[in-house]
Order: sequence, then C-alpha cells, then structure tokens
Amino acid sequence: MDFNDTPQEAEFRKEVRSWLDANAPKHLEAELKRASFGSNGLESEDPIKASKAWQKKKAEAGWACLHWPKEYGGGARSAMERVIWSQEEGPYSVLSGLFTIGHGMCGPTVMEWANEEWKERLLPPLASGEEVWCQLFSEPASGSDLAGLRTKAVKADDGSGDWIINGQKIWTSGAQNSDWGLLITRTDPDVPKHKGLTMFFLRMDSPGVKVVPIKQANGASGFNEVYFDDVRIPDDQRLGDVGNGWKVSLTTLMNERLSIGSGMSTGFPELFKFCMDMEIDGEAATADSGVRSKLAQFAVKQSGLKYTGMRAISALSKGETPGPENSIGKLVAGATMQELAMYALDLQGEAGVVWDEDSPQNGRFQAMLMRSPATRIEGGSDEILRNIIGERVLGLPGDIRVDKDVPFKEIPTSGKAKA
Amino acid sequence: MNLDFSDEQKQLRDQVRRFLKENCPPAAVRAILEGDDQYDAKLYQGLADLGVLGAAIPEEYGGVGLGHLELCVVAEELGRVLAPVPVASTVYLGAECLMQAGSEDQKQEWLPKISAGEAIGCWAISEGTGRMKPAKVALTFDGKTVSGTKAPITDGGIADFAIVLANEGSDLSLCLVDLSGSGVSRETLDSIDPTRGQVKLTFEGTPATRIGSAGDGWHIATQVMDRAAILIGFEQLGGADRALEIGRDYALERMAFGRQIGSFQAIKHMLADMYVSATLARSNCYYGAWALSSSAAELPIAAATARVSATNAFQHCAKNNIQVHGGMGFTWAFDCHLYYRRSNALALTIGSLSTWESLLIERMSAGNVEAAA
Repeated sequence: MDFNDTPQEAEFRKEVRSWLDANAPKHLEAELKRASFGSNGLESEDPIKASKAWQKKKAEAGWACLHWPKEYGGGARSAMERVIWSQEEGPYSVLSGLFTIGHGMCGPTVMEWANEEWKERLLPPLASGEEVWCQLFSEPASGSDLAGLRTKAVKADDGSGDWIINGQKIWTSGAQNSDWGLLITRTDPDVPKHKGLTMFFLRMDSPGVKVVPIKQANGASGFNEVYFDDVRIPDDQRLGDVGNGWKVSLTTLMNERLSIGSGMSTGFPELFKFCMDMEIDGEAATADSGVRSKLAQFAVKQSGLKYTGMRAISALSKGETPGPENSIGKLVAGATMQELAMYALDLQGEAGVVWDEDSPQNGRFQAMLMRSPATRIEGGSDEILRNIIGERVLGLPGDIRVDKDVPFKEIPTSGKAKA
Repeated sequence: MNLDFSDEQKQLRDQVRRFLKENCPPAAVRAILEGDDQYDAKLYQGLADLGVLGAAIPEEYGGVGLGHLELCVVAEELGRVLAPVPVASTVYLGAECLMQAGSEDQKQEWLPKISAGEAIGCWAISEGTGRMKPAKVALTFDGKTVSGTKAPITDGGIADFAIVLANEGSDLSLCLVDLSGSGVSRETLDSIDPTRGQVKLTFEGTPATRIGSAGDGWHIATQVMDRAAILIGFEQLGGADRALEIGRDYALERMAFGRQIGSFQAIKHMLADMYVSATLARSNCYYGAWALSSSAAELPIAAATARVSATNAFQHCAKNNIQVHGGMGFTWAFDCHLYYRRSNALALTIGSLSTWESLLIERMSAGNVEAAA
C-alpha cells in the first residue's frame, strides 16, 4: 500500500501543475477558496464571465472535458488522469460549476443519442464553455418518481412534424444562464408511465419558455422553475425514439450520480479548526470529552469518505473499475454536514442563532446548516440512494410498483388518492 | 496510489477463508460459548500450522516473516467467523509488544513458541471498573517480582505468559510474567461474550522481567495498543461485513405480508446504512493498515481512526442484524447473538470507544490541522 503516483502519473501531474501555474486566474484564488454554499463567491468579477473565460482557456489548451473524445472538444484522458487534474485544479474547479450539468450529464446524453450533425454542432461549444446547458427533468409533482412527469409534448397539427410543449419543470440549476436545455416530456399518457416518455433538446430562448427563479428555504436562489407555453421544437431535436425517453434519461442520471458523489465536503476541517480556536471554561474546546466524542465521530466519517475515494482511485490507477463503495459519498456527506453544522451552532451557544459577518468563520456554519437540507435531496434523495445501495449493491428486491402496468392517465395523483 | 491489498495478499485471504470455513463453522464458536473449553485448541494449532500466527514475526524468531498487511488480512477473516482463539492477546498484543520493546532474550524465548502455537499470551493492563489510565495502576513491580491484581484479562485463563503494566517506584513499567511461576492465581469471570474468556489474575511475588526501560511502561503500552487497534479493527471489520451478509441473506429469504422482507424500505434502508458503516470502516482500516505496515508518522491518528470507525461498524451491523431478523434474531438458536456479543466485547477491549474517540481528537489537536482535511 502507498499513496504515491506511478511514474507516468507523476509525469502527468507535473504537466498539469506547470500549465496551471502559468495559466490559472490566480487573482481569483483567494475569493474562490472562500466559496460558500450555493455560489462561487466571486464579487470582484462577474462570475459567469470569469467561468466562461477559464473554460475557454482550458479548452484552447486541451484541458476541457477531459472525459470526452477529442473530436467533440474533449481531452480524451484516462479516468486516472481526470482524477489528477481535479486534484490539481483545486479552488479553480469552483469556476466549472456553471458547466457541471452540461459537461457531466447533458453532453454524455447528446453524445450517445444525437446524430452526427448535431453532435458536431452542439458538443464543441459546450466543451469550450461558449454555450451552457441545463437539465429539464424534475417537476413539481415528480421528483424521486421522475417517470411520473406530466409536461406534455404533442405533434403539431400543421404537418410540420414539430412538437408542441406545455407544462412546467422545477429545480433547474442554471436555467437563467443556459443556451440549451435537455427536456424530458410525456408523449403518450395511454401507456404505463415509463413507456410514454420522449427526450428533446431545445434553445432556452425559444418562444414560450419562461424561467423564474425559486426562492429557496435558505433565502438563496440557485434553482429555477421553467414554464413551457406552446413551445415549438423541431422533430430533429428529439433524442432517441418516441416513447424511449426513459432509456435516454438513464444515460443522464447515471452520469449525475457519478459527478455529484465525488469529492464531497462534510465541513469537518472547518469544524475542527473552529474547535481548535475556541475555548470552553478556559480550556481548548478540543480538550472537552463531550466535544471530543462528537468530533471523533465526524472525523471518522470525513476520513472514511476520503479513503473510500482513494480506494476508488487505486482501482482506476490499476486500470480496474472501482467497486460500488463510492455510492455512499453523497449519502454520508450530506447528513454529516447537516449534523455537523447544527453542532457547530450548539457550541456557539445562544449566539449560534446569529448569522452575519461577525459569526465564527463569517457565518459558514449557519450557511451550511441552512443549505444542507438540499444536499440530502438533490441528485437523488437519501432515501433513493439507500434504495440504490439496497437493490444494486446488496441485491435486495425492488419495491412493489403498484403503478407499473397502469396507463399513466389512470395513476392516482396527489390529493386524489383512493381511500 | 495503491490503497488496496496485493494479489498475493488476496490469495492469502482466500486461503485463510477456506481454512476457516472448514475449521471454524458457527458450531465451533457455539461449542466454546456453551462448553467448558475457553478456546478452540485444535483451531488455534491449525492456524499456527498454516503460518498465520507467525505471519508478521521475523523468520529469525521462528515466524513466517511476511508482514503486517498479511496479518491485517488474517485478522479480518478471523473476525468474520468470530474465531474463538486467543490471536489478539497472543499475537497483536503479545508478539507485537515483544517485537517493539522486548529484549533479545525475551524475544528468543517467546516469539518462536508464539509462532508455533505453543505459547498463549495475555495483555494485563486493566484494573477494574473505569477508563484505563496510569493513575489507576496499583499492581507493583520490585525489579524481580510483581504483586497485585489485574482484571478483566482476556484469555488470562489459558495464557502461558502475561504482559503486565506495573508501578516500579513512582513510574510505570511493562513486565513479562511467565504464568507457570509461583504466586499466580486465576479466577474466571462471567462476561457478555463467553467465546473469549475473561479472568481476574492475581500475582503474589510472581517472578517477572521488565520489557523496555523502567518508567517506559505506559509509552510502550500505548504504542502496542495503537498497533493492535488496527488489527482488532480488521477483526471488527470482518465481523461487521459478515453480520451485514447474514442480515441481507435473511431479508432475502424471510417472507412476510406476502413478500420478501428485504423489499420493504424499512429493512432495505437499515441494511443500506449497515453497508455504509462497513464501507467507511473498511476505508479507515485500510488507512490504518498502510500506517501500520509503513510505520508512518500518522500511525497514532490512523490507529484511532480505524478503531473508532470499526467499532461503530461492528456494533451497528451486529445490533441491526438482530433487528432485521425480528424475534428469531433474539433466539439462542440463531447466530445473531454471537455477533452481538463479540461486537460489544471488542468495543471494550484495549480501551472503550469513548477512550479512542478522545485519543483521536487529542492526537489530531497535538498534530496539525492538516490532519483534519
């Protein structure tokens, strides 16, 4: 066992470091390191412009979309090289947040399902950051049960072959900054829910598309509602066959969990620093036995996630496929951060209620507390993740699905449950 | 980066697993639980013959001279089957202590016997109720003999030698005691896990030799327990994994309300959480294994991390394995309680969970904030 690079890995790391050293936007480093939850923290520059500028620079030098083939603007790098890149990119990776969904989910879906002409049109500007994508999947009435979505696509009756879209999506990150959207719709309500779906992509400036920011429970607005009012989409912007949208969406969702689960923070380093700097009855908080027990429990979660990641990297380094152990990442990190943030406020005593710039670490723990409920839901709720571990890792049987063979239009909806 | 065992080490794991499947079925554990024997002597000799006891002991002292990664692999397998044998007492603590701090004579005398399965050791530190700490030690060493009482001592009833923490003047020293010497009495104690015997050991002028320097006892004992914590962590990891498997298998087999109980989310999510604990523990134990095998500066932090995480996982998996089984899990006939017993006994040995939690943060604070990242 060791934590060393192979000679080839060390060589690659050197190359990455020297390029970053010469090209990274160092004037933003300090600000990016302070990045808080739900924003990239930039104030000195327009965050969108800064993100696009960094992405363009990376693309010109071949460092964009390392997991994509070169013909579409990617870097065609191995999984291990991608890991090394992300370790080295460090705080600048915050600038990639704008493109996470496009590069990680929409791009791979287009790559698998679009025709060659569209791939050549869509993928290079996505890789280089000129165009931004969003994912239009969740709806107010279909979250974990995504296949229960209700946004309708019907063939236009003018013989054009176009589709007319009506309905509403929600929780769309970055819709207000997006040029394109990946949209899943219902084209047939007369068949069981998974069978009546069809996937499209569309310009977000199409007539009839309206983006409205959601004010979240923590007061911030990182997500949007997107309304479709007779929006017209040409048939050649359909991905996969009519009625095959569920299968197409699985390409997207498989990639979603991969990108969200990696390298998640629990907030432990910040809590530990806070406790090192804090006193209880004239002694360091870390000398208090109650504090120690709590901290130790957070510490072993942080370290367990860190070394679980390293086990996966070890497999990649040997050219093997990592095991299912990484599936615990978001489940552990989200719940741990929530509990940890509550504990940090507890240690602040009554003053824990105050959330301003004078709060410890500029109110970081208050921000964590208020943001962490979302982490436990977005990209697969804790409960969905437990189902995935139970069914795919442990081999337990799936749930009995009472709506499985029922035509979609006959499935009971909220407020209309049968007694 | 390579945070994994080598192919050869995985082959060793398979070999030990096959051996234990044959030689340590649940009935063998139950025989110790219900019978008069304090350990499975035949199994122990089999492990010696397989070269397992001497895996990390150098060849010059009669060992196999492999290393500590191999010993970690073995420990995980012993933990999976709840092997009722004194490997932790004799090898992780006894042999490790002698290898770390023993004199040449002490090593020559005991290590070959340990490796051959001819000598069993015990780690005699505790003196009654309360967390282990230097001020609690009352037993004395006068330079030649020890006098006093130690309890509870795992495997003290079957041991040939004891490593005893004693007051020597105003300081603590570690002593090696041949238990065939004069003035030794052993009183069997009932315990929550009778598959590993506990005794009260009393010494009255029993001949002893010091291990290491006078006054170095607590320091050496701490170092030895750090190393043992990683190995016992692997036993706990093996137990956690096996308890999870048993629970999973039962959830697949047991029907209720017309369906497999594993299809209910209440059960499925409980098992998923057990998987999460066991996975965190595995990763932390691998970190410990790396530190142990490379004698890294992080060893004390890695040991406490592995120990806390593995304790969490085994207790969590063993108790929820019973929960998955429902009422059947609380019968004597099912094996769930064997895992429950061992998980709780191992959580207390060489310092309880809260002791290791405290050590972890004390060490991280003394080190640097980098350790937290």
